[in-house]
Amino acid sequence: MELSQVATIAGKEFWDRIRNRWVLAVALVFTVFALVIAYFGAAQQGAVGFRSIEVTIASLVSLVIYLIPLIALVLGFDAIVGERERGSLDLLLSMPITRFELILGKYLGLAGALAFSTVAGFGLVALVLSAQLDLNALFHYFGFMASSVLLGMAFLSLAVMLSVLAADRTRASGLAIAMWFFFVLVFDLLLLGALVVTGGQYGGDIFPWLLLLNPADVFRILNIFTLDDVRTLYGLATVFPPSLAEPWLLTAVMLGWIAAPLGIASWRFGK
Amino acid sequence: MESTIQAAAEAANADAVVRVRGASKHYGTVRAVDGVDLAVQRGELFGLIGHNGAGKSTLFKMMLGLIPATAGEIAIDGAPVTGSGFRAVRRKIGYLPENVVLYDNLTGLETLHFFAKLKSVPAAGCGALLERVGLAHAAGRRVREYSKGMRQRLGFAQALLGRPQILFLDEPTTGLDPEAIREFYVILRGLRAEGVTVIITSHILAEIQERVDRLAIMASGKVQALGTVQALREEMDLPLWFDVRVADSDFTAVRDALGSLPVAAIEAHDGRVAVQVRRESKMAVFAALATLGERVLDLHVREPSLEDVFFGFSD
Repeated sequence: MELSQVATIAGKEFWDRIRNRWVLAVALVFTVFALVIAYFGAAQQGAVGFRSIEVTIASLVSLVIYLIPLIALVLGFDAIVGERERGSLDLLLSMPITRFELILGKYLGLAGALAFSTVAGFGLVALVLSAQLDLNALFHYFGFMASSVLLGMAFLSLAVMLSVLAADRTRASGLAIAMWFFFVLVFDLLLLGALVVTGGQYGGDIFPWLLLLNPADVFRILNIFTLDDVRTLYGLATVFPPSLAEPWLLTAVMLGWIAAPLGIASWRFGK
Repeated sequence: MESTIQAAAEAANADAVVRVRGASKHYGTVRAVDGVDLAVQRGELFGLIGHNGAGKSTLFKMMLGLIPATAGEIAIDGAPVTGSGFRAVRRKIGYLPENVVLYDNLTGLETLHFFAKLKSVPAAGCGALLERVGLAHAAGRRVREYSKGMRQRLGFAQALLGRPQILFLDEPTTGLDPEAIREFYVILRGLRAEGVTVIITSHILAEIQERVDRLAIMASGKVQALGTVQALREEMDLPLWFDVRVADSDFTAVRDALGSLPVAAIEAHDGRVAVQVRRESKMAVFAALATLGERVLDLHVREPSLEDVFFGFSD
């Protein structure tokens, strides 16, 4: 593998997103949402203003779990199929570059743009709030940012996989939306439904493991379990064994969610 | 004698830059490319012509290793196109795809810089390349604002990055005006003089016929004919036309002079007489017309065009 080729492709994808202000727009969305949530998140209880980092992170997690998968899927779904459909893929592949280098470069460039937006957007909020955050709160907030980046990477990897598997852009976009619905909206409902139908008698033991099959759930557990207040708030502590909630284990699962779709994508693209 | 010819052919084949042996590409029951054998020599300007769907673009992509062959072997500069050693060969190849698509958001110069990086070519030469294809004035403009012809020129500049030894040009003159087409062939002749091998497809047969060293006519995924334009004309044995202008538009005089010579067709229009004869009667017809002496005001022989040859082979 020639890293310079990967870097050339990644650099182009990244700078494309900087130049067309994609990075700026997404970062602004994150900043605005995070500020609104931090200051008005408790408005329902009749109070405004920043309250606690736990509540803020819990609210942000609920938002990010919808938003980041969507942004990542939209960002990546046409990575390969778009080049193919426009007709620029053949020229690219006639260059001294392997298909693996191309797909890895595409992924890293887009991932860089998404990570940069995420860190800049939420980082700005951390700066604004810094006067009201102690070291422990900052630590948790950075954990939230890091896991948000991982969540984006995982869904971006899924998107790039779709962009290799789909025959055209229309199908790729349809699959991307379907994937978002499945992981973000349907998956948990299905699990809950199964649990209720069986009266909780079967599958109770494998239920936590099944949650690992959804990167969005992994992200949720990763954030919520590091905060004691939030854990009780969500009532998740009752169903999820602490032994599984090790941050390193969850991070490893997330990395698996990044590597596996990319692996499938490059295997399929190489054929 | 025969064995010497065969040995010479094999020696030439061994020196071929592009070697295609029994290459096929099947999509289900469709045989897009069907058992093609080709050898293009170093420094040759080689034309590939055929109808849409004849298989030439598929063959092109197979030669570039973009589409894997169902059967057969393709090697460029001795390296199999599907092998791991082909990356090194790619650095020596320039490719201009049909209807080249570049990145709208990049400027002309940025486009060349991007491809130069992928080819490990110093960016310093990019400006000169733009100059060479007549795009120096538009170097800083985005490709989005380029006309079709300008995109084609930029695509050509891209193909010339890093002084390639083998050029694959798929319909390179599409969208170019006549002057640009002439400039394009001037550049191409210069490259051939430097020993660059060029493989070119075109559907404008009149444009290609005077310019290629050899050509292959493809139809239904097969090479139907292969050789110089003249050799193909002779092989097809197509009739040629004599256009004669005689004093007083005397049609009868011409017919009488031809006497019993085998004439395929004879017609008169605009004061001229057009006579179609078989190739072997060419000199006899000349002699017969010479008997008319000074009554012949003008004489012109029309060889069958590449188009005639093409339709002869592909029908």
